[in-house]
Amino acid sequence: MTGSSEYPVPLTEKQVAARRHRSIAIALALGALVLLFYAATIVRMGGNVANRPLAVTGVGLLKGVLR
Amino acid sequence: MAELGIQADISGTRDNTSSVGDFFELMKPRVMSLVVFTALTGMAAAPGSIHPVLAFIAILAISIGAGASGALNMWYDADIDAQMQRTVSRPVPRGRVSAEDALAFGSFLSAASVLMLGLLVNWTAGALLALTIGFYIFVYTMWLKRRTAQNIVIGGAAGAFPPMIGWAAVTGGVSVESMLLFMIIFLWTPPHFWALSLYRCRDYERAGVPMLPVVAGPTETRRQIVLYSLVFIPVAISPYFIGLGGLSYLAVSSVLGAVFLKLAFDVRRITEGREADAAAKKLFLFSILYLFAVFGVMLIEKIVLRVLA
Repeated sequence: MTGSSEYPVPLTEKQVAARRHRSIAIALALGALVLLFYAATIVRMGGNVANRPLAVTGVGLLKGVLR
Repeated sequence: MAELGIQADISGTRDNTSSVGDFFELMKPRVMSLVVFTALTGMAAAPGSIHPVLAFIAILAISIGAGASGALNMWYDADIDAQMQRTVSRPVPRGRVSAEDALAFGSFLSAASVLMLGLLVNWTAGALLALTIGFYIFVYTMWLKRRTAQNIVIGGAAGAFPPMIGWAAVTGGVSVESMLLFMIIFLWTPPHFWALSLYRCRDYERAGVPMLPVVAGPTETRRQIVLYSLVFIPVAISPYFIGLGGLSYLAVSSVLGAVFLKLAFDVRRITEGREADAAAKKLFLFSILYLFAVFGVMLIEKIVLRVLA
């Protein structure tokens, strides 16, 4: 390695701008993916979301397993 | 390359200036639109129903899978693309996206689209999407394209799967009807691409791609276009006879089919000069219109039937 601190190579303004745009696009895509998985989960579970037991006690869980 | 006056860069150099638009272009948006359209028709034609949210996810996953195939194709074929006028301005040969970025982008989207379709819709559709991507990249792009004049005949299967995937997204299976939709696109592909390769013959020759006009000559290509068209049109009309298409489908597929055949015979008849190129171009453009029209009519018929039901 040379003494002239060439590393890391500084990015040009154009490179920084392009990277920022790519980062925003990836963030938006990930956000959309989270929403899609959430929506699909709700659609597939349907009414079962509302009908699920709201609390599970240790005894109830044991009964369920033994049944 | 010098003949085209381009500065193609397929070395994979990274300069970190690729824009979001460059990556989008890697996905071949025009091909994606045809894939989305045929997949949507497959979904609409399938018996049964699917929740609109799941239908949207299925179409999105199929289009991302098609885009991923396009990106991987552009990664592998960058050397060929750099030598062809039609493809020289693509992001990789232009140096706007490095080859390794195209590979990473395509690989990630392939896996993501298959997982999304499999996990959120069903695994039959997910498996068919994986098969489509694999077929397009490994069988067509890597194996057949540079080796045989039958490249687009067999490779055409990759472009024919989307309506079958759409059908599977609704029904969870494969049926005769969905295979017929597959056959329509499968048989449409050779006359469509051979018409293009007739007037782009020098491009393919320069790039060393053994398309039929390069290997067997334009006369044999013209003969094959007519033969495939004669088989294709009856198959394109046949959905009416198994109840997949209605009367309007029969009318549109028959009338436009007759025009398709006339244009195919024109290509066979006009063999010299600019008129020959014009005839081939006309068939190429009309073939796109034909596919959109027959799938469009089927889609409209199914939507109307569902609204009236």
